[in-house]
Amino acid sequence: MTPPAITLTDLTCLHAGRPAVHHLSGRFAPGSLTAVVGPNGAGKSTLLRAIAGLHTATEGRIDRGGLARQDIALLPQAGALDRAFPIACADVVASGALARIGPFRAVPPATRAAVEAALAAVGLSGFARRLVGTLSAGQFQRVMFARLMLQDAPVLLLDEPTAAVDARTAADLLAIIQGWHGEGRTVVAVLHDLDLVARAFPETLLLARDPVAWGPTAVAFTPETRLRARLVAEAWAEQPEICTQAAA
Amino acid sequence: MIHALLIEPFAMAFMRRALAGCVALSLAGPPLGVLLVLRRMSLTSDVLQHGILPGIALGALFGGLSLWAMGFGGFLAGLAVALLAGWLARATGGREDSQLAGVYLIALAGGVAIVSATRGIDLGHLLFGSVLAVDNTALLLMAGVASIALPGLAVIWRPLILESFDPGFMQAVGGRGGAWHLAFMALVVLCVVGGFAALGTLMSIGLMMLPAVAARHWAAELAGQVRAAVALALLSSVCGLLLSYHANIPAGPAIVLTAGGLWTASLLTGPRDSLAARLRRHQHYRG
Repeated sequence: MTPPAITLTDLTCLHAGRPAVHHLSGRFAPGSLTAVVGPNGAGKSTLLRAIAGLHTATEGRIDRGGLARQDIALLPQAGALDRAFPIACADVVASGALARIGPFRAVPPATRAAVEAALAAVGLSGFARRLVGTLSAGQFQRVMFARLMLQDAPVLLLDEPTAAVDARTAADLLAIIQGWHGEGRTVVAVLHDLDLVARAFPETLLLARDPVAWGPTAVAFTPETRLRARLVAEAWAEQPEICTQAAA
Repeated sequence: MIHALLIEPFAMAFMRRALAGCVALSLAGPPLGVLLVLRRMSLTSDVLQHGILPGIALGALFGGLSLWAMGFGGFLAGLAVALLAGWLARATGGREDSQLAGVYLIALAGGVAIVSATRGIDLGHLLFGSVLAVDNTALLLMAGVASIALPGLAVIWRPLILESFDPGFMQAVGGRGGAWHLAFMALVVLCVVGGFAALGTLMSIGLMMLPAVAARHWAAELAGQVRAAVALALLSSVCGLLLSYHANIPAGPAIVLTAGGLWTASLLTGPRDSLAARLRRHQHYRG
């Protein structure tokens, strides 16, 4: 499974009128495993949503290499969902196959088996009929990973996949992410755990509205670039000047 | 004695017709109500029942006193209000309650003004309905509404549930979340119009919302809540009609009051999240 590269050309996305992603150009190589790092408000989530097609680019272009919508799976930030909704784990996981099954057809036996297998793979065997409202934050994140497995997308965008989960869960989820990487999928993950980035992610994009650095983690992620990222993100002018940087 | 209390009233044709109409409403409305509650749209249903009044009044103005003309006008007005409410929700980022209150006040006032200017319509009849005067046309309308709403909901069930739980996901996989929402709102408006024929525009959502609100005290999962809501609505219909017959009070309020009584009982003594459940000593596992 080798998806096409995803290429950003001079991408700018606005959030509340201000640039959240600012003149970003670069390329997620096929099968790459990239950590997106940066302070809060640096535009990391906006970037993922833009790649997934949920946020319109104000300027610039995203070339998805001909990938269809369902070929790009997005794990939203925990807390973006209504976890009080009475829906069973198995149904959430099965919804990953929605693009293949469609809204009306019965869930085929093969998909049911895949749901069981995915729940087992994330360590939640026997949780099929449990309502998501009864799960802990870590268990819920495991269910979301099982849904990603059912989506079976060649490109995965993960927004803070290990936030608010314990060390054991984080380790399990990381193993799954590395498994996807091993299968040749392109994985982009927003992360705040810098040790984890240095340890497990070959590529890093350091973002602070403006791209600060993008490349192999050892090169892109130095004390100097980290300081620059913090300074840019914290500079919040009351009356910012209009950006005159020409679109390429 | 029991026969005189429970069976004899339904020997009257008008009571049987009323019961048949209410059973139809009880089957179609509560499942929609449960989803309205879960989608945090209980207030929208309230706006809809007032929103249909101007349409009903205009239907009566142009189509004579035909129930079909009034129902059709009400349906169109309800759809317009549903679209307006949806737009307000998006434009205000989910804080639409004050705007919705404005919409329903305007709709109610407009409807009353049009009705008053029209000769031959009894305002009280439109506002409060008259279950016991359900004729064959009204019965057909209610049965027709139920025959469309129930299968309709079954068809859109899966995408609607997934859209309620995770709208971003539906958008991301190209699931056209907005279309399912619109179809759902059309079914709700249909049921509100059906309810109007029996309960009037002031209480037409009574059989839809009260059992739905009570249902969460009876079951945790969605299917259970839907079953509980339908059961409570059926019980409200039968008991409400009997109450109306024996106590000689109007049937619409009697049915809605019964549904309200069942809700209160559920709140106090239901097996889940009720006052009694909270007071009960919780057993728990060791370790």
